[in-house]
Amino acid sequence: MSDVGGAFAAAATLILNLESGLAEIVALSLQVSLIAVAIACIIGLPVGASLAVFRFPGRKVIVVTLNALMGLPPVVVGLIVYLMLSRSGPLGTLGLLFTPTAMIIAQVLLITPIVAALTRQSTEDLWNEYSEHLRSIGSSPIQIVGTLLWDNRFSLITTVLAGFGRASAEVGAVMIVGGNIDHVTRVMTTAIALETSKGDLALALGLGIILLVLAISVNAAAYLIGEAAMKRHG
Amino acid sequence: MDSALHPAKGQTAIKSNLLPLTFDNVSFEIGGTKLIKEISTSFEAGSLTVILGPNGAGKSLLLRLGHGLIQPSGGAITWQGGDIGHAQRDQAMVFQRPTMLRRSVAANLHHVLKQRKIARPRRQEIVEDMLQRTGLTRLAKAPARTLSVGEQQRLAVARAWSVHPEVLFMDEPAAALDPAATHALEDIMAAIRAAGTKIIMSTHDLGQARRLADDVVFLNRGRMLERAPAEQFFEKPKNDLAEAFLNGELLWWNRKELKPPDHFKVRWQK
Repeated sequence: MSDVGGAFAAAATLILNLESGLAEIVALSLQVSLIAVAIACIIGLPVGASLAVFRFPGRKVIVVTLNALMGLPPVVVGLIVYLMLSRSGPLGTLGLLFTPTAMIIAQVLLITPIVAALTRQSTEDLWNEYSEHLRSIGSSPIQIVGTLLWDNRFSLITTVLAGFGRASAEVGAVMIVGGNIDHVTRVMTTAIALETSKGDLALALGLGIILLVLAISVNAAAYLIGEAAMKRHG
Repeated sequence: MDSALHPAKGQTAIKSNLLPLTFDNVSFEIGGTKLIKEISTSFEAGSLTVILGPNGAGKSLLLRLGHGLIQPSGGAITWQGGDIGHAQRDQAMVFQRPTMLRRSVAANLHHVLKQRKIARPRRQEIVEDMLQRTGLTRLAKAPARTLSVGEQQRLAVARAWSVHPEVLFMDEPAAALDPAATHALEDIMAAIRAAGTKIIMSTHDLGQARRLADDVVFLNRGRMLERAPAEQFFEKPKNDLAEAFLNGELLWWNRKELKPPDHFKVRWQK
Protein backbone atom coordinates (compact mmCIF):
# COMPACT_ATOMS: atom_id res chain seq x y z
CA MET A 1 0.00 0.00 0.00
CA SER A 2 3.03 2.25 -0.13
CA ASP A 3 1.84 3.09 -3.65
CA VAL A 4 -1.05 5.07 -2.17
CA GLY A 5 1.27 6.99 0.16
CA GLY A 6 3.53 7.77 -2.74
CA ALA A 7 0.55 8.87 -4.81
CA PHE A 8 -0.48 11.33 -2.10
CA ALA A 9 3.02 12.77 -1.98
CA ALA A 10 3.15 13.09 -5.75
CA ALA A 11 -0.30 14.70 -5.76
CA ALA A 12 0.82 17.26 -3.20
CA THR A 13 3.85 18.12 -5.32
CA LEU A 14 1.66 18.52 -8.40
CA ILE A 15 -0.67 20.90 -6.62
CA LEU A 16 2.04 22.90 -4.88
CA ASN A 17 4.00 23.35 -8.12
CA LEU A 18 0.82 24.32 -9.95
CA GLU A 19 1.82 21.95 -12.70
CA SER A 20 0.56 23.37 -16.02
CA GLY A 21 -1.40 20.30 -17.18
CA LEU A 22 -3.24 20.23 -13.88
CA ALA A 23 -3.92 23.96 -13.91
CA GLU A 24 -5.34 23.73 -17.42
CA ILE A 25 -7.75 20.98 -16.42
CA VAL A 26 -8.91 22.85 -13.31
CA ALA A 27 -9.41 26.05 -15.28
CA LEU A 28 -11.51 24.33 -17.95
CA SER A 29 -13.59 22.60 -15.28
CA LEU A 30 -14.35 25.90 -13.57
CA GLN A 31 -15.07 27.62 -16.86
CA VAL A 32 -17.57 24.98 -18.03
CA SER A 33 -19.35 24.62 -14.70
CA LEU A 34 -19.54 28.33 -13.92
CA ILE A 35 -20.95 29.22 -17.33
CA ALA A 36 -23.43 26.34 -17.04
CA VAL A 37 -24.52 27.54 -13.59
CA ALA A 38 -24.89 31.13 -14.82
CA ILE A 39 -27.12 30.05 -17.70
CA ALA A 40 -29.10 27.70 -15.45
CA CYS A 41 -29.71 30.59 -13.01
CA ILE A 42 -30.81 33.00 -15.74
CA ILE A 43 -33.43 30.44 -16.74
CA GLY A 44 -34.11 28.61 -13.48
CA LEU A 45 -34.47 31.47 -10.97
CA PRO A 46 -37.29 33.36 -12.76
CA VAL A 47 -38.99 30.13 -13.82
CA GLY A 48 -38.90 28.78 -10.27
CA ALA A 49 -40.16 32.04 -8.77
CA SER A 50 -42.94 32.28 -11.36
CA LEU A 51 -44.07 28.75 -10.57
CA ALA A 52 -44.24 29.76 -6.90
CA VAL A 53 -46.33 32.86 -7.55
CA PHE A 54 -48.62 32.30 -10.50
CA ARG A 55 -51.46 29.81 -10.82
CA PHE A 56 -52.20 28.54 -14.29
CA PRO A 57 -53.44 25.32 -15.84
CA GLY A 58 -50.68 22.74 -16.05
CA ARG A 59 -48.69 24.26 -13.20
CA LYS A 60 -48.81 21.15 -11.05
CA VAL A 61 -47.63 18.99 -13.94
CA ILE A 62 -44.65 21.29 -14.45
CA VAL A 63 -43.82 21.31 -10.72
CA VAL A 64 -43.90 17.51 -10.50
CA THR A 65 -41.87 17.19 -13.70
CA LEU A 66 -39.25 19.63 -12.42
CA ASN A 67 -38.93 17.74 -9.15
CA ALA A 68 -38.49 14.50 -11.08
CA LEU A 69 -35.89 16.08 -13.38
CA MET A 70 -33.78 17.01 -10.35
CA GLY A 71 -32.61 13.41 -10.28
CA LEU A 72 -31.85 13.20 -13.99
CA PRO A 73 -29.06 10.65 -14.61
CA PRO A 74 -26.10 12.52 -16.15
CA VAL A 75 -25.29 9.75 -18.61
CA VAL A 76 -28.79 9.92 -20.04
CA VAL A 77 -28.53 13.69 -20.47
CA GLY A 78 -25.14 13.12 -22.08
CA LEU A 79 -26.63 10.57 -24.44
CA ILE A 80 -29.50 12.87 -25.45
CA VAL A 81 -27.18 15.82 -26.07
CA TYR A 82 -24.83 13.49 -27.96
CA LEU A 83 -27.67 12.36 -30.24
CA MET A 84 -28.71 15.99 -30.81
CA LEU A 85 -25.22 17.23 -31.62
CA SER A 86 -23.78 14.24 -33.49
CA ARG A 87 -23.18 14.64 -37.20
CA SER A 88 -26.43 12.90 -38.12
CA GLY A 89 -28.42 14.59 -35.35
CA PRO A 90 -30.75 17.60 -35.76
CA LEU A 91 -28.06 20.04 -34.57
CA GLY A 92 -25.17 18.19 -36.15
CA THR A 93 -24.35 20.96 -38.61
CA LEU A 94 -23.29 23.20 -35.74
CA GLY A 95 -20.27 20.96 -35.18
CA LEU A 96 -20.49 21.31 -31.41
CA LEU A 97 -19.88 17.72 -30.36
CA PHE A 98 -16.66 17.23 -28.39
CA THR A 99 -16.32 20.93 -27.59
CA PRO A 100 -16.63 22.73 -24.22
CA THR A 101 -19.86 24.25 -25.57
CA ALA A 102 -21.41 20.80 -25.78
CA MET A 103 -20.37 20.15 -22.19
CA ILE A 104 -21.97 23.41 -21.09
CA ILE A 105 -25.20 22.50 -22.89
CA ALA A 106 -25.34 19.13 -21.14
CA GLN A 107 -24.69 20.65 -17.71
CA VAL A 108 -27.31 23.36 -18.26
CA LEU A 109 -29.85 20.62 -18.98
CA LEU A 110 -28.79 18.84 -15.81
CA ILE A 111 -28.87 21.71 -13.35
CA THR A 112 -31.59 24.05 -14.61
CA PRO A 113 -34.30 21.76 -13.16
CA ILE A 114 -32.43 21.72 -9.84
CA VAL A 115 -32.20 25.50 -9.67
CA ALA A 116 -35.82 25.96 -10.76
CA ALA A 117 -37.28 23.36 -8.39
CA LEU A 118 -35.35 24.55 -5.33
CA THR A 119 -36.14 28.19 -6.18
CA ARG A 120 -39.85 27.38 -6.39
CA GLN A 121 -39.79 25.74 -2.97
CA SER A 122 -38.10 28.55 -1.08
CA THR A 123 -39.90 31.31 -3.00
CA GLU A 124 -43.30 29.83 -2.23
CA ASP A 125 -42.76 30.35 1.51
CA LEU A 126 -41.72 33.96 1.01
CA TRP A 127 -44.66 34.60 -1.32
CA ASN A 128 -47.08 33.43 1.39
CA GLU A 129 -45.61 36.08 3.64
CA TYR A 130 -45.37 38.86 1.05
CA SER A 131 -48.42 38.34 -1.16
CA GLU A 132 -50.86 40.64 0.58
CA HIS A 133 -48.39 43.52 0.79
CA LEU A 134 -47.20 43.16 -2.80
CA ARG A 135 -50.74 42.93 -4.16
CA SER A 136 -51.72 45.88 -2.02
CA ILE A 137 -49.04 48.14 -3.45
CA GLY A 138 -50.00 47.03 -6.94
CA SER A 139 -46.78 45.29 -8.02
CA SER A 140 -46.77 43.95 -11.57
CA PRO A 141 -46.00 40.24 -12.10
CA ILE A 142 -42.42 41.05 -13.11
CA GLN A 143 -41.98 43.29 -10.07
CA ILE A 144 -43.34 40.54 -7.81
CA VAL A 145 -40.86 37.99 -9.15
CA GLY A 146 -38.03 40.53 -8.86
CA THR A 147 -38.89 41.43 -5.27
CA LEU A 148 -39.16 37.79 -4.19
CA LEU A 149 -35.87 36.78 -5.82
CA TRP A 150 -34.04 39.71 -4.27
CA ASP A 151 -35.46 39.30 -0.77
CA ASN A 152 -34.81 35.58 -0.94
CA ARG A 153 -31.26 36.03 -2.19
CA PHE A 154 -29.51 34.49 0.78
CA SER A 155 -31.37 31.21 0.67
CA LEU A 156 -31.07 31.19 -3.12
CA ILE A 157 -27.28 31.19 -2.75
CA THR A 158 -27.62 27.66 -1.40
CA THR A 159 -29.75 26.77 -4.42
CA VAL A 160 -27.17 28.12 -6.85
CA LEU A 161 -24.41 26.23 -5.03
CA ALA A 162 -26.36 23.00 -5.18
CA GLY A 163 -26.40 23.51 -8.94
CA PHE A 164 -22.69 24.27 -9.03
CA GLY A 165 -21.89 21.24 -6.91
CA ARG A 166 -23.83 18.99 -9.24
CA ALA A 167 -22.22 20.54 -12.33
CA SER A 168 -18.63 20.36 -11.15
CA ALA A 169 -18.93 16.85 -9.73
CA GLU A 170 -20.72 15.03 -12.54
CA VAL A 171 -18.71 12.97 -14.96
CA GLY A 172 -21.17 11.02 -17.11
CA ALA A 173 -22.54 13.79 -19.29
CA VAL A 174 -19.32 15.68 -19.95
CA MET A 175 -17.52 12.42 -20.71
CA ILE A 176 -20.04 11.50 -23.43
CA VAL A 177 -20.44 14.90 -25.12
CA GLY A 178 -16.95 16.23 -24.41
CA GLY A 179 -14.99 13.08 -25.15
CA ASN A 180 -12.26 13.81 -22.59
CA ILE A 181 -9.88 15.16 -25.23
CA ASP A 182 -6.57 16.37 -23.78
CA HIS A 183 -6.17 20.17 -23.85
CA VAL A 184 -9.67 20.56 -25.32
CA THR A 185 -12.39 18.96 -23.24
CA ARG A 186 -10.58 17.31 -20.36
CA VAL A 187 -12.00 18.40 -17.02
CA MET A 188 -11.30 17.29 -13.46
CA THR A 189 -13.88 14.53 -13.26
CA THR A 190 -13.11 12.98 -16.63
CA ALA A 191 -9.37 13.23 -15.96
CA ILE A 192 -9.78 11.48 -12.63
CA ALA A 193 -11.72 8.66 -14.28
CA LEU A 194 -9.11 8.29 -17.03
CA GLU A 195 -5.99 8.54 -14.85
CA THR A 196 -7.40 6.08 -12.34
CA SER A 197 -7.99 3.48 -15.04
CA LYS A 198 -4.53 4.18 -16.44
CA GLY A 199 -3.01 3.77 -13.00
CA ASP A 200 -1.62 7.33 -12.72
CA LEU A 201 -2.89 7.76 -9.20
CA ALA A 202 -0.88 10.90 -8.49
CA LEU A 203 -2.70 13.08 -11.00
CA ALA A 204 -6.06 11.51 -10.17
CA LEU A 205 -5.57 12.11 -6.46
CA GLY A 206 -4.29 15.63 -7.01
CA LEU A 207 -7.39 16.51 -9.00
CA GLY A 208 -9.58 14.73 -6.48
CA ILE A 209 -8.13 16.79 -3.65
CA ILE A 210 -8.67 20.03 -5.55
CA LEU A 211 -12.27 19.04 -6.33
CA LEU A 212 -12.91 18.29 -2.67
CA VAL A 213 -11.34 21.50 -1.43
CA LEU A 214 -13.36 23.44 -3.97
CA ALA A 215 -16.61 21.82 -2.84
CA ILE A 216 -15.86 22.38 0.83
CA SER A 217 -14.81 26.01 0.48
CA VAL A 218 -17.77 26.88 -1.73
CA ASN A 219 -20.18 25.39 0.79
CA ALA A 220 -18.42 27.01 3.74
CA ALA A 221 -18.69 30.37 2.03
CA ALA A 222 -22.39 29.81 1.43
CA TYR A 223 -22.94 28.85 5.04
CA LEU A 224 -21.13 31.91 6.36
CA ILE A 225 -22.98 34.27 4.02
CA GLY A 226 -26.28 32.74 5.08
CA GLU A 227 -25.42 33.06 8.77
CA ALA A 228 -24.42 36.70 8.42
CA ALA A 229 -27.57 37.48 6.48
CA MET A 230 -29.78 35.79 9.05
CA LYS A 231 -28.23 37.84 11.83
CA ARG A 232 -28.62 41.05 9.88
CA HIS A 233 -32.10 40.70 8.46
CA GLY A 234 -33.77 38.56 11.08
CA MET B 1 -62.44 69.61 5.15
CA ASP B 2 -59.74 71.82 3.71
CA SER B 3 -57.22 69.33 2.45
CA ALA B 4 -54.85 71.98 1.11
CA LEU B 5 -54.02 73.20 4.61
CA HIS B 6 -51.22 70.76 5.34
CA PRO B 7 -50.14 69.16 2.13
CA ALA B 8 -47.22 66.76 2.44
CA LYS B 9 -43.92 68.11 1.17
CA GLY B 10 -43.82 68.29 -2.58
CA GLN B 11 -47.38 67.12 -2.90
CA THR B 12 -49.48 68.94 -5.46
CA ALA B 13 -53.19 69.52 -5.27
CA ILE B 14 -55.17 66.74 -3.57
CA LYS B 15 -57.04 64.64 -6.06
CA SER B 16 -60.62 64.03 -5.07
CA ASN B 17 -61.96 62.25 -8.07
CA LEU B 18 -61.89 58.81 -6.49
CA LEU B 19 -64.46 59.12 -3.74
CA PRO B 20 -67.15 58.34 -2.86
CA LEU B 21 -66.53 54.62 -2.64
CA THR B 22 -69.85 52.86 -2.86
CA PHE B 23 -70.80 49.42 -1.58
CA ASP B 24 -74.02 48.28 -3.23
CA ASN B 25 -75.57 45.22 -1.58
CA VAL B 26 -72.13 43.65 -1.17
CA SER B 27 -71.77 40.07 0.09
CA PHE B 28 -68.73 37.89 0.54
CA GLU B 29 -68.72 34.19 1.24
CA ILE B 30 -66.18 31.42 1.62
CA GLY B 31 -67.27 27.82 1.15
CA GLY B 32 -70.95 28.70 1.43
CA THR B 33 -70.57 30.66 4.66
CA LYS B 34 -71.60 34.27 4.25
CA LEU B 35 -69.10 36.43 6.10
CA ILE B 36 -70.25 39.77 4.75
CA LYS B 37 -73.99 40.16 4.36
CA GLU B 38 -75.64 42.62 1.96
CA ILE B 39 -73.81 45.76 2.93
CA SER B 40 -74.82 48.98 1.22
CA THR B 41 -73.10 52.19 2.18
CA SER B 42 -70.70 54.74 0.82
CA PHE B 43 -67.53 56.44 1.97
CA GLU B 44 -67.16 60.16 1.30
CA ALA B 45 -64.01 62.22 1.10
CA GLY B 46 -62.76 64.23 4.06
CA SER B 47 -63.84 62.32 7.14
CA LEU B 48 -62.18 59.54 9.09
CA THR B 49 -64.42 56.51 9.15
CA VAL B 50 -64.04 53.91 11.87
CA ILE B 51 -65.38 50.42 11.32
CA LEU B 52 -66.29 49.16 14.75
CA GLY B 53 -67.30 45.72 15.88
CA PRO B 54 -66.25 42.64 17.83
CA ASN B 55 -63.81 40.03 16.58
CA GLY B 56 -65.14 38.13 13.61
CA ALA B 57 -67.60 40.85 12.65
CA GLY B 58 -66.12 41.18 9.17
CA LYS B 59 -64.16 44.40 9.66
CA SER B 60 -61.00 43.16 7.97
CA LEU B 61 -62.98 41.63 5.11
CA LEU B 62 -64.82 44.90 4.54
CA LEU B 63 -61.50 46.75 4.28
CA ARG B 64 -60.01 44.14 1.94
CA LEU B 65 -63.10 44.33 -0.25
CA GLY B 66 -62.76 48.09 -0.42
CA HIS B 67 -59.06 47.90 -1.13
CA GLY B 68 -59.67 45.34 -3.87
CA LEU B 69 -57.65 42.48 -2.41
CA ILE B 70 -60.71 40.24 -2.53
CA GLN B 71 -63.71 40.34 -4.83
CA PRO B 72 -67.29 40.39 -3.54
CA SER B 73 -69.39 37.26 -4.10
CA GLY B 74 -72.44 39.44 -4.64
CA GLY B 75 -73.23 43.11 -5.17
CA ALA B 76 -70.89 45.76 -6.50
CA ILE B 77 -68.15 48.03 -5.20
CA THR B 78 -67.62 51.16 -7.27
CA TRP B 79 -65.35 54.14 -7.09
CA GLN B 80 -66.60 57.46 -8.37
CA GLY B 81 -64.02 57.30 -11.15
CA GLY B 82 -65.11 53.79 -12.02
CA ASP B 83 -61.65 53.02 -13.38
CA ILE B 84 -60.23 50.22 -11.20
CA GLY B 85 -56.61 50.68 -12.28
CA HIS B 86 -56.77 54.28 -11.20
CA ALA B 87 -58.46 53.35 -7.94
CA GLN B 88 -55.69 50.89 -7.11
CA ARG B 89 -53.02 53.49 -7.73
CA ASP B 90 -54.51 56.10 -5.46
CA GLN B 91 -55.22 54.01 -2.40
CA ALA B 92 -53.12 52.09 0.08
CA MET B 93 -53.57 49.77 3.04
CA VAL B 94 -51.88 49.18 6.36
CA PHE B 95 -52.33 45.69 7.77
CA GLN B 96 -52.70 44.57 11.35
CA ARG B 97 -49.44 42.63 11.12
CA PRO B 98 -47.43 44.46 8.49
CA THR B 99 -45.08 42.60 6.16
CA MET B 100 -41.53 43.86 6.52
CA LEU B 101 -39.38 43.23 3.46
CA ARG B 102 -35.97 41.75 4.28
CA ARG B 103 -34.33 45.10 3.63
CA SER B 104 -33.46 48.25 5.49
CA VAL B 105 -36.14 50.68 6.64
CA ALA B 106 -35.29 53.13 3.86
CA ALA B 107 -35.21 50.34 1.27
CA ASN B 108 -38.70 49.28 2.33
CA LEU B 109 -39.91 52.77 1.43
CA HIS B 110 -37.89 52.89 -1.79
CA HIS B 111 -39.41 49.60 -2.84
CA VAL B 112 -43.00 50.86 -2.77
CA LEU B 113 -42.10 54.02 -4.70
CA LYS B 114 -40.05 52.09 -7.22
CA GLN B 115 -43.04 49.85 -7.96
CA ARG B 116 -44.87 53.03 -8.91
CA LYS B 117 -42.04 54.01 -11.20
CA ILE B 118 -41.08 57.18 -9.34
CA ALA B 119 -37.65 58.40 -10.44
CA ARG B 120 -34.75 57.99 -8.04
CA PRO B 121 -34.05 61.62 -7.03
CA ARG B 122 -37.74 62.22 -6.30
CA ARG B 123 -37.90 58.90 -4.45
CA GLN B 124 -35.03 59.92 -2.22
CA GLU B 125 -36.85 63.14 -1.33
CA ILE B 126 -40.07 61.36 -0.46
CA VAL B 127 -38.27 58.68 1.58
CA GLU B 128 -36.43 61.25 3.68
CA ASP B 129 -39.62 63.21 4.20
CA MET B 130 -41.55 60.10 5.25
CA LEU B 131 -38.83 58.91 7.63
CA GLN B 132 -38.81 62.28 9.28
CA ARG B 133 -42.60 62.51 9.54
CA THR B 134 -42.83 59.09 11.17
CA GLY B 135 -39.80 59.56 13.42
CA LEU B 136 -37.79 56.78 11.80
CA THR B 137 -34.87 58.83 10.43
CA ARG B 138 -32.33 57.44 12.86
CA LEU B 139 -33.41 53.90 11.96
CA ALA B 140 -33.21 54.44 8.19
CA LYS B 141 -30.40 51.94 7.71
CA ALA B 142 -31.59 49.35 10.22
CA PRO B 143 -33.01 46.08 8.85
CA ALA B 144 -36.78 46.50 8.99
CA ARG B 145 -37.37 43.14 10.62
CA THR B 146 -35.29 44.06 13.66
CA LEU B 147 -37.54 47.03 14.54
CA SER B 148 -39.94 46.92 17.47
CA VAL B 149 -43.59 46.24 16.72
CA GLY B 150 -44.45 49.92 17.13
CA GLU B 151 -41.65 51.01 14.82
CA GLN B 152 -42.66 48.40 12.26
CA GLN B 153 -46.20 49.69 12.28
CA ARG B 154 -44.92 53.25 11.80
CA LEU B 155 -42.85 52.06 8.86
CA ALA B 156 -45.91 50.34 7.42
CA VAL B 157 -47.83 53.61 7.70
CA ALA B 158 -44.92 55.52 6.15
CA ARG B 159 -44.89 53.08 3.24
CA ALA B 160 -48.59 53.52 2.66
CA TRP B 161 -48.45 57.28 3.07
CA SER B 162 -45.43 57.67 0.76
CA VAL B 163 -47.58 57.15 -2.34
CA HIS B 164 -49.89 59.97 -1.17
CA PRO B 165 -53.02 57.86 -1.42
CA GLU B 166 -56.38 59.47 -1.68
CA VAL B 167 -57.80 56.68 0.46
CA LEU B 168 -55.93 54.81 3.17
CA PHE B 169 -57.35 51.59 4.62
CA MET B 170 -56.02 50.60 8.05
CA ASP B 171 -56.82 47.24 9.58
CA GLU B 172 -56.59 47.48 13.37
CA PRO B 173 -53.31 49.37 13.06
CA ALA B 174 -52.84 49.67 16.82
CA ALA B 175 -54.03 46.24 17.89
CA ALA B 176 -50.56 45.05 18.92
CA LEU B 177 -49.21 48.36 20.22
CA ASP B 178 -48.71 49.69 23.73
CA PRO B 179 -50.25 53.06 24.69
CA ALA B 180 -47.13 55.09 23.82
CA ALA B 181 -46.78 53.50 20.39
CA THR B 182 -50.51 53.88 19.85
CA HIS B 183 -50.26 57.56 20.69
CA ALA B 184 -47.38 58.04 18.22
CA LEU B 185 -49.36 56.23 15.55
CA GLU B 186 -52.47 58.30 16.14
CA ASP B 187 -50.42 61.49 15.78
CA ILE B 188 -49.20 60.28 12.41
CA MET B 189 -52.73 59.38 11.38
CA ALA B 190 -53.89 62.87 12.30
CA ALA B 191 -51.18 64.31 10.06
CA ILE B 192 -52.18 62.02 7.19
CA ARG B 193 -55.75 63.08 7.60
CA ALA B 194 -54.78 66.73 7.72
CA ALA B 195 -52.92 66.25 4.44
CA GLY B 196 -56.20 65.34 2.83
CA THR B 197 -56.22 61.54 2.82
CA LYS B 198 -59.46 59.75 3.59
CA ILE B 199 -58.80 57.12 6.27
CA ILE B 200 -61.04 54.11 6.66
CA MET B 201 -59.90 52.06 9.64
CA SER B 202 -61.16 49.16 11.68
CA THR B 203 -60.77 48.78 15.40
CA HIS B 204 -62.35 47.02 18.34
CA ASP B 205 -60.82 49.58 20.68
CA LEU B 206 -63.61 51.88 21.80
CA GLY B 207 -61.26 54.50 23.21
CA GLN B 208 -59.43 54.77 19.92
CA ALA B 209 -62.70 54.93 18.01
CA ARG B 210 -63.89 57.80 20.20
CA ARG B 211 -60.61 59.69 19.76
CA LEU B 212 -60.38 59.36 15.99
CA ALA B 213 -63.74 58.77 14.39
CA ASP B 214 -65.73 61.30 12.40
CA ASP B 215 -68.24 58.67 11.53
CA VAL B 216 -68.76 55.07 12.52
CA VAL B 217 -69.79 51.89 10.74
CA PHE B 218 -70.91 49.29 13.26
CA LEU B 219 -70.55 45.69 12.10
CA ASN B 220 -71.65 42.50 13.75
CA ARG B 221 -71.55 39.04 12.23
CA GLY B 222 -71.09 40.38 8.75
CA ARG B 223 -73.96 42.83 8.88
CA MET B 224 -73.81 46.59 9.01
CA LEU B 225 -76.08 47.38 11.90
CA GLU B 226 -75.50 51.10 12.16
CA ARG B 227 -73.85 53.90 10.24
CA ALA B 228 -73.79 57.25 12.02
CA PRO B 229 -71.71 60.34 12.73
CA ALA B 230 -69.37 59.60 15.64
CA GLU B 231 -70.99 61.97 18.14
CA GLN B 232 -74.40 60.58 17.55
CA PHE B 233 -73.19 56.98 17.60
CA PHE B 234 -71.35 57.27 20.90
CA GLU B 235 -74.06 59.41 22.52
CA LYS B 236 -77.04 57.39 21.54
CA PRO B 237 -76.66 54.45 19.18
CA LYS B 238 -79.88 53.45 17.50
CA ASN B 239 -79.04 49.79 17.34
CA ASP B 240 -79.43 47.78 20.54
CA LEU B 241 -76.44 45.53 19.78
CA ALA B 242 -74.29 48.61 19.15
CA GLU B 243 -75.43 49.90 22.50
CA ALA B 244 -74.50 46.61 24.14
CA PHE B 245 -71.10 46.76 22.49
CA LEU B 246 -70.53 50.32 23.72
CA ASN B 247 -71.52 49.26 27.20
CA GLY B 248 -68.98 46.48 27.11
CA GLU B 249 -71.58 43.75 26.96
CA LEU B 250 -70.78 40.83 24.74
CA LEU B 251 -72.62 40.36 21.52
CA TRP B 252 -73.35 36.68 21.65
CA TRP B 253 -76.21 37.50 23.95
CA ASN B 254 -79.61 36.75 22.57
CA ARG B 255 -80.58 39.65 20.45
CA LYS B 256 -84.24 39.88 21.36
CA GLU B 257 -83.91 40.35 25.07
CA LEU B 258 -80.19 40.95 25.60
CA LYS B 259 -79.94 37.97 27.90
CA PRO B 260 -77.64 34.95 27.92
CA PRO B 261 -78.60 32.15 25.53
CA ASP B 262 -80.59 29.27 26.98
CA HIS B 263 -77.78 26.79 27.45
CA PHE B 264 -75.94 29.34 29.57
CA LYS B 265 -79.00 29.85 31.73
CA VAL B 266 -79.33 26.14 32.24
CA ARG B 267 -75.77 25.86 33.36
CA TRP B 268 -76.04 28.77 35.73
CA GLN B 269 -79.20 27.47 37.32
CA LYS B 270 -77.60 24.17 38.25
